[in-house]
Amino acid sequence: MSLDAKIPQGPLAEKWSKHKFNLKLVNPANKRKYDVIVVGTGLAGGAAAASLAELGYNVKAFCFQDSPRRAHSIAAQGGINAAKNYQNDGDSVYRLFYDTIKGGDYRAREGNVYRLAEVSVNIIDQCVAQGVPFAREYGGLLDNRSFGGSQVSRTFYARGQTGQQLLLGAYSALNRQIHLGKVKMYTRTEMLDVVVVDGQAKGIVTRNLITGEIETHSGHAVLLGTGGYGNVFYLSTNAMGSNVTAAWRAHKRGAFFANPCFTQIHPTCIPVTGDHQSKLTLMSESLRNDGRVWAPKTVETAEKLRKGQLKAADVKEDDRDYFLERKYPSFGNLVPRDVASRNAKEMVDDNRGVGASGIAVFLDFADAINRLGKDAVAAKYGNLFDMYYQITNEDPYTQPMRIYPAVHYTMGGLWVDYNLSTNIPGLYALGECNFSDHGANRLGASALMQGLADGYFVIPYTLGDYLATIGPKPVDTNHPAFAKTKQETVDRINKLLSLKGTRTVDDYHRSLGHIMWEYCGMARTEEGLTKAKGLISDLRADFWKNVIVVGENDEINPALEKAGRVADFLELGELMVDDALMRRESCGGHFRLESQTPEGEALRDDDNFAFVAAWEYKADNQPEVLHKEVLDFEFVHLTQRSYK
Amino acid sequence: MSNGNMNLTLKVWRQKNAETKGAFATYKAEGISPDMSFLEMLDVVNEGLILKGDEPINFDHDCREGICGMCSLYINGHPHGPKNAITTCQLHMRSFHDGETIVIEPWRAAAFPVIKDLAVDRSSFDRIQQAGGFVSVNTGVTVDANEIPIPKVIADEAFNSATCIGCGACVAACKNASAMLFVSAKVSQLAMLPQGQPERWSRVQAMVAQMDEEGFGNCTNTGACEAECPKEIKMTNISRMNNDYFSAKLFREESTHEHAAGE
Ligand SMILES: Cc1cc2nc3c(=O)[nH]c(=O)nc-3n(C[C@H](O)[C@H](O)[C@H](O)COP(=O)(O)OP(=O)(O)OC[C@H]3O[C@@H](n4cnc5c(N)ncnc54)[C@H](O)[C@@H]3O)c2cc1C
Ligand code: FES
Repeated sequence: MSLDAKIPQGPLAEKWSKHKFNLKLVNPANKRKYDVIVVGTGLAGGAAAASLAELGYNVKAFCFQDSPRRAHSIAAQGGINAAKNYQNDGDSVYRLFYDTIKGGDYRAREGNVYRLAEVSVNIIDQCVAQGVPFAREYGGLLDNRSFGGSQVSRTFYARGQTGQQLLLGAYSALNRQIHLGKVKMYTRTEMLDVVVVDGQAKGIVTRNLITGEIETHSGHAVLLGTGGYGNVFYLSTNAMGSNVTAAWRAHKRGAFFANPCFTQIHPTCIPVTGDHQSKLTLMSESLRNDGRVWAPKTVETAEKLRKGQLKAADVKEDDRDYFLERKYPSFGNLVPRDVASRNAKEMVDDNRGVGASGIAVFLDFADAINRLGKDAVAAKYGNLFDMYYQITNEDPYTQPMRIYPAVHYTMGGLWVDYNLSTNIPGLYALGECNFSDHGANRLGASALMQGLADGYFVIPYTLGDYLATIGPKPVDTNHPAFAKTKQETVDRINKLLSLKGTRTVDDYHRSLGHIMWEYCGMARTEEGLTKAKGLISDLRADFWKNVIVVGENDEINPALEKAGRVADFLELGELMVDDALMRRESCGGHFRLESQTPEGEALRDDDNFAFVAAWEYKADNQPEVLHKEVLDFEFVHLTQRSYK
Repeated sequence: MSNGNMNLTLKVWRQKNAETKGAFATYKAEGISPDMSFLEMLDVVNEGLILKGDEPINFDHDCREGICGMCSLYINGHPHGPKNAITTCQLHMRSFHDGETIVIEPWRAAAFPVIKDLAVDRSSFDRIQQAGGFVSVNTGVTVDANEIPIPKVIADEAFNSATCIGCGACVAACKNASAMLFVSAKVSQLAMLPQGQPERWSRVQAMVAQMDEEGFGNCTNTGACEAECPKEIKMTNISRMNNDYFSAKLFREESTHEHAAGE
């Protein structure tokens, strides 16, 4: 099967408007004859569900939390990018496009990224109109900050709670449509499979998380906005419930999974304290605007710090290595995430890590406090400092923070074309669950932008084209595919409940996480990945023999929910490893030790790897088939990224 | 798997579902580290229960960083536990001492029925928001964001109201199980902003009507809601809402909600 990304021809700046003009429209009177299923009501799904309902479609929306307001988007802290150029500092749609392509290490599509930059400006207008309280300047106009190594100030923010405010905006738009009866909202409902009828997505299978009832829902199209799969690593900054199940089930029904190994490891998170740890907490990237990252220069100093014989604030200036400032004089502490993370790991590997575990470096605000005063620092970062204190019981105003990288975001996801359609007609993927716009590394403040771009400004146009093509004929729910897919879901649940083994789901998840972090984390090698593949497949086999899930299906059963999700992670993990093995180059978050520049930076291999890897599932325990979508760079010249 | 030295006794509310009666059950939590979060402590207890073939204690949670509003728990007589301005998932075991007995209950309010153990049904909150907690603006039909300048003090104040996480601690804290703090936070946020003006009067009426319909109690100004709110939402929101509500009732009776009868 050939992969057609359907990127419109023509100059970059005209692609999207021309494309919109060429898309078929659904007659307004006919819109109400179409049912659209939206799974996930985070920024991507919530924005899509509301916008499609406004247009007149009948929407059924689903989320597994008790309210759409709790989607993981709520946790985003730092901000959202948009090429408004309100600061008159030289920003433009083209610059945002260029930064994003470069930041993604040239592994994203030009056409998609340009469109993202283009609609970014509309997102801000939309959110403000909804009443989202973005930060403002004294003159009453919107404030911006520079974020994640960007040299212009294009990030809009709402204190350290941007995701919350954006999501509550989308939630309010969704609520309005629920109130009008155009969206039927199913909360505490988990999608467990996609129903494919004659090659087209026509419905889903769900489990009611309160009663356990397994149901089918039909629609003319199915949209997934189900978020990222960072929790395959067990520990990540994602919410506990974030999972890959919806995307993975779609994959097993034929949707290609693209670039699964592209994961983002965020440099500034609170380090792990012990085995009991259930998640990791991000300390926003914005802290690197004023905080300085360092490690002790010598192993001896590090040793003393680890044993508590020396306090960080007492380490002499000469004994500190501000390694990012030293190695990257022009970007300093603001290098992109992948670069900052790898360098922190190097310090720890060099035995210069700090904290009791030795797995951390410092993020120091002493200079900023001296320069700006404690109050000014508190005004900017107070809520983050409080959060840090809550978790560690240490005061970041007097001692530097201890930070270490943690899994944060997944650039990989379901393969989609320019219309956000997977290769299964009628099945769409939006937001973090698709692979589309961030290449091998996402820039800070770009995920919120992409989720809302997909939901508010792309899918409302592109979906219409498909719906107009298939026509409003009602979906035949008597088609055997509905009953069959439902039965397969029931069988799978019964199987999990019947195993009654001796190891808990969490225990398997933790083991998987260790393998992924060790071999498919910040640095990857042929040898390590090969080993990981064996370990994961053994762990998966053991899971299906030995896992214990107590309770029944017909009740609230979080252990059962989790078992299904971990079973899917155990399959995804292996595909990530396969993808990482195949990609014998370093790019963005994917660092193959075999492929480095003499200075130890990531070395891309554009001749052999300038493609999107789209994987096709064949059958359980069979190798997946690789399809390559070659990336054409017509407008941007490929260079090695340099932040020196 | 645990790696600490605190031993605790937990008295936990167990209730199979909304139809059955619940009761307290007692569990030991052993080898707990002071660095664990409260929910991680419950994870440890649950792992032990599962290995014995017993059903784990059911509780709601998701982000585990104090922002999604999913976690709840009434701990030793306080929503979200003894510390101020944090949620249960941000509470750490260093706030307790070795040997302590901890009582853990669900939110208790008629409008929040228990669905299992410590989890309650808060869909009433969603329905109140659906009744009017929005600005009626369709996607794409907007002006440039900077054409709506908003004084910083007002934007900041609206933001303070907007930080509500919808956890329901205010209701759980209130002896009347009133939802006034929750409802007023949204009403105030939008009433302060220019975007919220056109629907200001209809919104407050619609949201209050829905709040009453859901069976939340009246506000008698005891202030427990503000004291226990993990996001420190202020009672001034309630005063603002009351003002708007009476203005709407007295002077703007004609302004019925645009959506009262569907579209
Ligand atoms: C701590 C943190 C901070 C971040 N900060 C920033 C930032 O400052 N700027 C930025 O741009 N990005 C940031 N990001 C990234 C960004 O928040 C996410 O990528 C983005 O919000 C994802 O949105 P989404 O709509 O795709 O998915 P989500 O918000 O994760 O929503 C997923 C939805 O799918 C539902 N769902 C999932 N599976 C199922 C299923 N099987 N059945 C039914 N429903 C299902 C969930 O219930 C939920 O409604 C941050 C991420 C984290 C973890
Ligand atoms: S789990 Fe999200 S606020 Fe506690």
